[in-house]
Amino acid sequence: MTAAHPRSSAARRGALGVVLTATWLLAGCGGSGSSQSITLYNGQHVQTTQSLVSAFERATGITVNVRSDDEDTLADQIVTEGSHSPADVVFTENSPALEYLQSKDLLAAVDPTTLAGTPSRYDSPQGDWVGVSARVSVLVYNPALIAASGLPTSVLQLADPRYRGELAIAPGETDFQPIVTSVERADGTSAALTWLQGISSNAGSHVYPDNETITDEVNRGEVAFGVVNQYYWYRLRAEIGASAMHSEIAYFAPEDPGYVVDVSGAAVLRSSTHQAAAQRFLAFLASAQGQEIIAHSTSFEYPIASAVTSAQPETPFSSLQPNPITIAELGDGSAAISLLQQAGLL
Amino acid sequence: MTATGIIAAPGAGPAMVPARRRPRPWLLLGGGGAVAAVLLAPLAFLLVEAAGSGVGTVAHLVWRPLTATLLWNTVSLTAVVTALCAVIGTLTAWCVECTDLRARRLWAVLLVIPFAIPDFVVSFGWASISTWVQGFQGAVLVMTLALYPLVHLPVAASLRSADPGLEEAARSLGLGRARTFLRVTVAQARGAILGGCILVALVILAEYGAFEILGYQTFTTEIFTEFQVSFNVSTACALSLVLVLLSCVILGGEAAARGGGRAERGGAQAQRPARRHRLGRAAPPLQLGLGILVGLALGVPVASSLYWMAEGGAASIGGVSILDAGWHTALYSGVAAALATLLALPVALLAVRHAGRGGRLLERSTYLVLAMPGLVIALAISYFAERYAGGYGYQTAGLLVAAYAILFFPLALVGVRASVAHAPRGLEEAARSLGRRPLEAFLRVTLPLIGPGLTASFCLVFLACATELTATLVLVPTGVQTLATQFWAYQQNLSYGQAAPFALVIIAIAAGPSYVLARYFDRLPGRAAAAP
Repeated sequence: MTAAHPRSSAARRGALGVVLTATWLLAGCGGSGSSQSITLYNGQHVQTTQSLVSAFERATGITVNVRSDDEDTLADQIVTEGSHSPADVVFTENSPALEYLQSKDLLAAVDPTTLAGTPSRYDSPQGDWVGVSARVSVLVYNPALIAASGLPTSVLQLADPRYRGELAIAPGETDFQPIVTSVERADGTSAALTWLQGISSNAGSHVYPDNETITDEVNRGEVAFGVVNQYYWYRLRAEIGASAMHSEIAYFAPEDPGYVVDVSGAAVLRSSTHQAAAQRFLAFLASAQGQEIIAHSTSFEYPIASAVTSAQPETPFSSLQPNPITIAELGDGSAAISLLQQAGLL
Repeated sequence: MTATGIIAAPGAGPAMVPARRRPRPWLLLGGGGAVAAVLLAPLAFLLVEAAGSGVGTVAHLVWRPLTATLLWNTVSLTAVVTALCAVIGTLTAWCVECTDLRARRLWAVLLVIPFAIPDFVVSFGWASISTWVQGFQGAVLVMTLALYPLVHLPVAASLRSADPGLEEAARSLGLGRARTFLRVTVAQARGAILGGCILVALVILAEYGAFEILGYQTFTTEIFTEFQVSFNVSTACALSLVLVLLSCVILGGEAAARGGGRAERGGAQAQRPARRHRLGRAAPPLQLGLGILVGLALGVPVASSLYWMAEGGAASIGGVSILDAGWHTALYSGVAAALATLLALPVALLAVRHAGRGGRLLERSTYLVLAMPGLVIALAISYFAERYAGGYGYQTAGLLVAAYAILFFPLALVGVRASVAHAPRGLEEAARSLGRRPLEAFLRVTLPLIGPGLTASFCLVFLACATELTATLVLVPTGVQTLATQFWAYQQNLSYGQAAPFALVIIAIAAGPSYVLARYFDRLPGRAAAAP
């Protein structure tokens, strides 16, 4: 039994270590009660948010604790956390997540002066969140597989049998639902369902989980073209270099139902105990300084507030001719989801 | 663990007392019951949330056209991958533990690491190499390569502590090599193999990241879609209940396969080092096979990470953040692994030594947690923190560690249970009859005997925690980055060059416990260390 002796005391020491570490872990992590600190739930591009936060901290002295996750998880999390949510501000990539939180009555009204900096059609219809940046849906295509002249000019043509096997879609992406909502609004529910069924059979096995994959697969020549938001193409180019890009982007015809602007926005939570600091952060996002950071970032989104214009080599935001669908009409996307489920895409 | 027919009773000697006459183990029952209650709490959350969405909505979701596809996808993949992992994991464990394979220590480390490579790294590596790696065959390939260590580790631990006399007896009685392997060696490791298979099956049920990249739809990917597109916690929870049902079926099947074989093995006198099998001419092909396996499982993700790092250039390596993230990953994973292993002890003791129906049911129930997606469990924890603790402790390191311990408890249980089953109870009882108090007898006699199992459990949980993503994103203290969250943040934005170093550091950190584990096994001369 002597052989066991040192080991059992080592085990005891180990157990003590565990207890001490656990105590330390619990003790070291109380929330800071200072009013000069806010918590941001970030569903947006992580690096761009970090640039915005750093500039805000320098300008105001308010510390911003950032936690990043997918916007939908953050929305679900905030609802689950309820009145004890640690979040003061939520910043998402798309409006439906914010509209959903608004519908649960979890958002506080945004300072009117902040809202005034942004074109009102890109803000919450109820004034509960402010639009910060925008993207536009486009086609990404591989010229080696399909000529620009052969591309559909309307999103409705995506269901045309001649594109069988050539189309890629990401029906689970939050960027795709606004297009479905827009088609349904233009042509009605049953036409939208038929259209989705056509898309489904055209896409076949090229149904991908996200826009990143579509962009990558088109660029590598696995599939001829797909529907994405414009910034994925720019991000891929920034990552792999212009020489490795074998794809191009193309716009739909002006005001086509598929030509949709998606808005990214931010809101203050009603449960926040740091309302003033949180409102200042929103004001900063929509300010000229904040918008300039977005315009020069690697997220390649369009700034939309305080008259700042994009510095990236894109079609200027002002010359886009999107479908006039409003934020309120886009809603929380539930009708689009129901259609996608009926078409077997979700 | 040994089937009834095989074990002779050399050591099942006079110290063995029939279980009936022993006093009820109240302390163990209390401890085990508390652990099971904590582990089943997420299930309560699922039921509450699913009930909230109404029977009609749930029925509508479950009976839509997609469900049949999801069910078939989930079940067929689970069956194929589990079978493959059982074969590969058992063979690799046998090669490393029972043969004179060259460079066994190195293989022992290399064979375990693939489990610690985050699924999203593996799938990403494969997807960027070949378009063949998609859908069903892609999922089979990627999951088998990632999960066979779940069988390998418990089987290796079990073979380590198996009775070498039985194989020798079988051979001396004229049984051929192959038959001895199947009827004695495999049969002795049956409990560990089945335990590993359960883990593989349940982990596949809850897998998300890999299938998302590979474009393979299962119930779990659908649950995530439900969260993502419709912000619908209730319906996601309702779908998760289907997963719970499926895992009940798996657990029931395993219980049937386990059969009535008693777990306890021969006594102390049987514990001596086993002679290793001479591989002879079989050695080169086996080395080649192991090389191919490790090359595929480890080489592909490492190579693709290196490729992306080279593409990204030197600027992509952020020194401070990677050290900080590495430290937090190691800390959280280490504490969680220790906690899970500790908690698994009472449950394993209860299930093995006081194997009444209650004890066994209690043990089974703790496996269910493995089949629930990490995100669901994380949301359950935030739900409980909000409702019953006023948000206290929420998003602290302590709660994250507790969440890890809950999520991966079954990984700890399998190893602990297998080794507790092998530890002769007679020895501990002898110590008690010599005047040692129960706890002391346990610490001095049984603990050293089950050491390898505890180490294997610690290692498995550590590796699983180091790569956990979805629950980590919800529960990690705000502002803290782990390697997995940092990888995710870059990969999300297509910054593969910047993401790659984090993947490599995860793999490097995983090598640590794998090495310790291999060394630990190697230092023990057989399992004779604690025998009197």
